[in-house]
Amino acid sequence: MKSLQQENAKNIYQKKKSKKMINTGLSYHVMLLPGMIFLFIFTYIPMAGIFMAFQDYVPAKGLLASPFVGLENFSYMFSLPDISKIFRNTIVIALGKIILGTLLAIVFSIILNEIRLKFLKNSIQTIVYLPHFLSWVVLASVVLNMFNLDGSVNQILTFFGFEKMNFLGSNKLFQPLLIGTDVWKEFGFNSIVYLAAITGVDPGLHEASSIDGANWWKRIWHITLPGMLPIILLLAILSLPNILNAGFDQVYTLYTPMVYETGDILDTYVYRIGLIGREYSFGTAVGLFKSIIGMVLILSANNAAKKYTDRKLF
Amino acid sequence: MVQNKSFSGRLGKFAIYTFVLISGLVCLLPLCNIVAISFSSSEAVAANAVGLVPINFTTDAYSMIVEDKQFWRSFGISVQRVILSLIVNMIIIVLMAYPLSKSKRQFKGRNIYMNLIIFAMLFNGGMIPTYLVVKNLGLLNTIWSLVLPGAVQVFSIILIMNFFIGVPKSLEEAALMDGANPFQVLMKVYIPISLPALATVALFSIVGNWNDFFSGLIYMTKVSNYPLMTYIQSLSINIQELLKAGANASVLENVAAVSNRNLNAAKIVISTIPLLLIYPMLQKYFITGIVVGSVKE
Repeated sequence: MKSLQQENAKNIYQKKKSKKMINTGLSYHVMLLPGMIFLFIFTYIPMAGIFMAFQDYVPAKGLLASPFVGLENFSYMFSLPDISKIFRNTIVIALGKIILGTLLAIVFSIILNEIRLKFLKNSIQTIVYLPHFLSWVVLASVVLNMFNLDGSVNQILTFFGFEKMNFLGSNKLFQPLLIGTDVWKEFGFNSIVYLAAITGVDPGLHEASSIDGANWWKRIWHITLPGMLPIILLLAILSLPNILNAGFDQVYTLYTPMVYETGDILDTYVYRIGLIGREYSFGTAVGLFKSIIGMVLILSANNAAKKYTDRKLF
Repeated sequence: MVQNKSFSGRLGKFAIYTFVLISGLVCLLPLCNIVAISFSSSEAVAANAVGLVPINFTTDAYSMIVEDKQFWRSFGISVQRVILSLIVNMIIIVLMAYPLSKSKRQFKGRNIYMNLIIFAMLFNGGMIPTYLVVKNLGLLNTIWSLVLPGAVQVFSIILIMNFFIGVPKSLEEAALMDGANPFQVLMKVYIPISLPALATVALFSIVGNWNDFFSGLIYMTKVSNYPLMTYIQSLSINIQELLKAGANASVLENVAAVSNRNLNAAKIVISTIPLLLIYPMLQKYFITGIVVGSVKE
């Protein structure tokens, strides 16, 4: 009798427990639901819209009735003389930003770390991080004021006896301008991670090597930099997928038809031709091409990061 | 020998301080220039005479902005958008990060959700299909076109998920013993303990929404619906065109256009003030967020 009661109690307890487990699981699904709905509407449905890239999409007919054209949009894309130019611009601008931005951030973090005056160090950090938080809409005005034909930079150039340069209107100077101003905006902020890496280097190593007579350069080269190497490598790998993201905001706020030749990038091209020019199918095809390469690059970067640095993005 | 060493040491120190000071000035001076322009007279700006201090100090540009109805309308739209996005983003971030922080054993189906989310981060339909979806939902020219497409911030969700994974399990078990359901556990245990991390992603959301001009550009067909950054961008186009097309300086003498330059500068200064107000918080929480949460071991 007693054991039956016990059995009963045990059963009830287990039922309660499993019911609770189900409730917990259910709660988890409920929690995820709102986000998944938004994700579905604004990310997954547009993925279905990629079908347009294989159609001659007519807005009035919609996605289902528009004529199917296979790979025509893609072959058209590759037949355009513009497209290789745009790919080249995108990659040159993006790579320039990644390489110069990384180098300057590393150099800056090493040098900033030498500053012992706490007040000065903090003030400088406050200042150099600031441009990162400002929109390119704001910074484009700043850049325009600095670099227009009669702007401060040209005033300085003429003061030192150089000729004025048309930074914003010259195809030769526009890419360096984009790279330079982006590096200017981001170097401070990018140095944060490197600064953290430097702080992680064992100070004992520095002490030992200075007792052995190593000078500053030698200590930087043989201790600090090797200590930073894992994080440098990791960030370099993870920045790889960005070589097709040359920065829509910056280019869009600074470029003009005069510099389309060297300043036009994939994103601005898709926006102009696809969205403004209403070539929806063609724009989608170019965008899809970019997305696919981007995805392959992210996956490879993630694998490479896992392999070489034991860390990963996801 | 000793003297020589200390000399090079001093020289090195001098070089280091110079480099750092120059870096600081290079970041600061262009911004000072804009502020100076905003307080200068149109003539002085047209003559490109303004450096770091205002010439013929005047607050005319600012008084004109006070009268500018569209500016404040756009300002209001941006504020509204930042607040709505912040609410939507934060709710979705905590609600998604919590179940995803459970192991596959604790939450069957966790990995399916996770893969769907990661795939959304890796691949997207691109600008045009997204635009068409927003358009077909009838969201064009509504505030929701600025809020809902960015409702799910995958990066922030993953960051908070990683943070939740690090929360001691004993806290949750204790709460469950007391009969709390998962919603209560999330509210009473996880959220209070993660406030610094949540502050970081909240700031991501605020800064991103305030600074974004592209959504406004594509989803708003009327200037009266533009958020602030889109509005400022649409104004500066005309001036840019003039400035850049004006390979000869005579175009710059065009006072009608150039008198706008100090006005434009003043608009930019005002649009930056909200970010400057939260800048101390940005510095504090962004840096921890960047260093701690961006990559997982």
